[in-house]
Amino acid sequence: MSSAVASHAHPPTSTGLDHRKIAIWAFIGSECMLFASLISTYLIYKGRSVVGPFPHEACLPPICVTALKPILNIPVTSFSTFVLLMSSLAMVLALAAVENRGKPGYEGILGSSKFWLLTTAILGTTFLGCQAYEFTSFVHEGLTIRTNLFGSSFFTLTGFHGAHVTAGVLWLLTLLSIDIKRGLQPKDALLVDISALYWHFVDVVWIAIFTLVYLIK
Amino acid sequence: MATAAVSPSYAHAGESYQSGIWSWLTTVDHKRIGALYMYTALAWFGVGGIEALIMRLQLKGPNGHVVSAEVFNQLFTMHGTTMIFLVVMPLSAAFFNFLIPLQIGARDVAFPRLNAFSYWVYLFGSLFMNSSWLVGMAPNGGWFGYAPLTTLAYSQGLNIDFWMLGLQILGVSSLAAAFNFITTIINMRAPGMNLMRMPMFTWMAFVVQFLLVLAFPVITIALVFLQFDRFFGTNFYTMTAGADPLLWQHLFWVFGHPEVYILILPAFGLVSEILPTFSRKPIFGYPVMVYSGILIAFLGFGVWAHHMFAVGMGPIADSVFAVTTMLIAIPTGVKIFNWIFTMWGGNLRFTVAMKYAISLVALFTIGGISGVMHASPPADLQQTDTYFIVAHFHYVLVAGSMMGLSGGIYYYFPKITGRMLSEKIGNWQFWLTFIGVNLTFMPMHWSGLYGMPRRVYTYDAGQGWEIFNQMSTYGAFIQALAGLIGLYNIWHSRRKGEIAGNDPWGAPSLEWSIPSPPPEYNFETIPTVTSRYPLWDIKSPELTSSVPHSRHGDERNDVSLGGKRVGGFHDHMSAGTPEGGVNPSAHQASTKVSLKTAEQLGIPMPYPTIKPLFVALFMTTMFASLLLIHKDKLQLAVGGVIASALAMTFFLYAWLTSPLEPHHH
Amino acid sequence: MADHDSFTHTNPDIDVHAMGEVHEHPTWKQYKWVAVILTLITVVEVWIYYTPFKDSPLFAPVLLIMSAVKFAIVVLFYMHLKYDHKLFKALFTGPLIIAMSTLLALLFLFGKFSGKH
Repeated sequence: MSSAVASHAHPPTSTGLDHRKIAIWAFIGSECMLFASLISTYLIYKGRSVVGPFPHEACLPPICVTALKPILNIPVTSFSTFVLLMSSLAMVLALAAVENRGKPGYEGILGSSKFWLLTTAILGTTFLGCQAYEFTSFVHEGLTIRTNLFGSSFFTLTGFHGAHVTAGVLWLLTLLSIDIKRGLQPKDALLVDISALYWHFVDVVWIAIFTLVYLIK
Repeated sequence: MATAAVSPSYAHAGESYQSGIWSWLTTVDHKRIGALYMYTALAWFGVGGIEALIMRLQLKGPNGHVVSAEVFNQLFTMHGTTMIFLVVMPLSAAFFNFLIPLQIGARDVAFPRLNAFSYWVYLFGSLFMNSSWLVGMAPNGGWFGYAPLTTLAYSQGLNIDFWMLGLQILGVSSLAAAFNFITTIINMRAPGMNLMRMPMFTWMAFVVQFLLVLAFPVITIALVFLQFDRFFGTNFYTMTAGADPLLWQHLFWVFGHPEVYILILPAFGLVSEILPTFSRKPIFGYPVMVYSGILIAFLGFGVWAHHMFAVGMGPIADSVFAVTTMLIAIPTGVKIFNWIFTMWGGNLRFTVAMKYAISLVALFTIGGISGVMHASPPADLQQTDTYFIVAHFHYVLVAGSMMGLSGGIYYYFPKITGRMLSEKIGNWQFWLTFIGVNLTFMPMHWSGLYGMPRRVYTYDAGQGWEIFNQMSTYGAFIQALAGLIGLYNIWHSRRKGEIAGNDPWGAPSLEWSIPSPPPEYNFETIPTVTSRYPLWDIKSPELTSSVPHSRHGDERNDVSLGGKRVGGFHDHMSAGTPEGGVNPSAHQASTKVSLKTAEQLGIPMPYPTIKPLFVALFMTTMFASLLLIHKDKLQLAVGGVIASALAMTFFLYAWLTSPLEPHHH
Repeated sequence: MADHDSFTHTNPDIDVHAMGEVHEHPTWKQYKWVAVILTLITVVEVWIYYTPFKDSPLFAPVLLIMSAVKFAIVVLFYMHLKYDHKLFKALFTGPLIIAMSTLLALLFLFGKFSGKH
């Protein structure tokens, strides 16, 4: 897509920056408002559910017919949080591998963008797997998206985040297939850079969700 | 070339253009997309206008029964939704598309195919929402769609489904366009076009894109909650489950208030182009005009709850939102005064565009002042949900936005089509609009203060409302007549209007330095800019002596524009733009310029492509499939969503993996 | 997407000066340390969740500070905003400030700061 030849015909950009990178940052700015709306709603409705299960407290009779444990599974989510953080590390290494292709110090595994892209995608999928496990176990414990305000706002918030991770994994796999097909070169670094920005943003949203939803009562 | 003097200048440009329906379906040219936006929006303007006329017929006298209460609900809902999302926003988008690249000296927007996508999403979304009329289930919950009234418990039909899915689709269009224009304005300015030299319209457009980017995600989420509630049985708006009836209201107005600036700022920008040209003076206080626009937008995020004083938020919240609301009057007032000072002492030419611009300044002020009135919570409690509010927002939206946009159409039609709109017909349109608008909306202040509630489908006699409602109804029909005259003018002038030439008005900004209509590549050579008024620097340097330049003296006359140095430029461009003359016949001289095609010039132009249209189409069918859930055809709905999503993804990948434009060697 | 090479303008009139693309991205060593710090903070976060400290009134503020630090580290280093063009900082922090202010205002309006939930 990008070619040095076309630059003769196109004037340089006003800032010297690539269009796509400006657009992705504007998009990320927009996503801040999207997740702020979701998180606001979750917090506004926190503690307002009239029936259980609840996130942090047990639900005892008579509010619940049978006693229900606090539903959030901190160990599993701590693990998936760690996985997502590590995926960000893999992502920056993928970008570094593409940017520094052929440079000293980037031989071997550190220079293999395929390996790091695949690792990022696998870690992202692991995160999604944890989320799928969490969702199904909640449903078994009697919490669905219809059960109460907590269920509605929790599944919608974390589900939206999960949908973003899914889109990110598809994006990574697309990059990986390009890498396998023709090899990503330093001139393609921007393609990886913008997907990395998106990926890290999804990660920081999770950092906020982990604290606000899972840890703080 | 002598014979060319009688044929329109675009006959030459036209050779490089493909024509026919396929070329329009596949176009990625920002000027054509702008035209598509404009004509589509004007068509919906007709529909929204008819909806208003039926309501005004119903309310002409007491106990009117032209339509039932249910149909009336659908009419006011669709009138508001149509005028806001399908008329004013897309008309603004038409100008964004057409003007931003021309004003900053670019050949297109940053992402031409995304631009086409935005338009097709708008078209399909608007068709989808209005298809509800065909099944007799048009949205009926007001343009604000307050939940819980719009939840399944209170609105069982498909009405609200059409509304919320339609808005969701239209939101995608606005967001995609906003990312595109932000990138375009930041990154595609011609050399020398620094931020503080951008034309005011581009500045206001820039501000509006940020409002869109930050406001639309909020309504998206509010609508997602509503969709989940209606389709999947969640509890976001279910009071019995402990939900808060104010959640929707807050989320909606966090979006809704920035939205009103999304509606007005483009019109402000157009007026800021028109007034200097026809006053032959640089705009008064350019930097302050820019900062005021930014401040209006920024404060616009901190005032939303003034739409909700009546719900009882408590004294602290009421006071804070009252103060922030009143603060907005300051930058807005600054703009009004700067427009007045722009005209002060100017060499005024009262063209139709100028008349529209001046009436925006005058009439928007009336709407602004009534706005400050209900910024005060005690006053608002008297006025809220009465026709006083209807009067207020029609003064800012019709007398403000629509007047500004109409002025913009008269001002830019020559650039868009190469022909002038008839000033004679335009004068009829303007004066009828002016009379009609005031006759319709001024009396609503009285009917409102006499206690007539909004959204009633009929009313009893003897409450003192009759005379005002009669006036409003007559006014509405006068406006309709004016609208028809305007449409006739466009239809007539497209074929028979006078040839415009590059710069029929003697305007200062870059778009007027190129032929009308512009060739597909806009600028043969990308211009270099040294001040805010590049054309005046060349043609009327005495006008810009007070404006900062980066070079001084004779040096600035070295600037190349349209690939020609100033001397050559003068030869054919200003072959007589007599002061005050609107339509000098000498402009036919400009047809002597024979335009080269992009290929001849070696300028790579994006390939036309149908893919964005298909992505938009399947995105629309994906949302539309959800309607089947309420027809108890769950499997069909799921199948429709999946099939549409797959088709959409296919065309999206096809789009992203195909090259934008030919590689040149 | 559009083909635009990112080479530098030499025109002095351009307001936002092209810094070139400042590609002084952090090195592998820094990335590694960032990952270690992020992991450590996460471990502390989860650890104090299981200590009596979680009933302290300071629990929530401490957690919020820790997650804000993590947020900032990822944005500054992994999203290399620290090393990138100032334009990107503006495009991100502007919306972030509006988003956080809106969130706080909404929580206030719904009585979340009034002590009784």
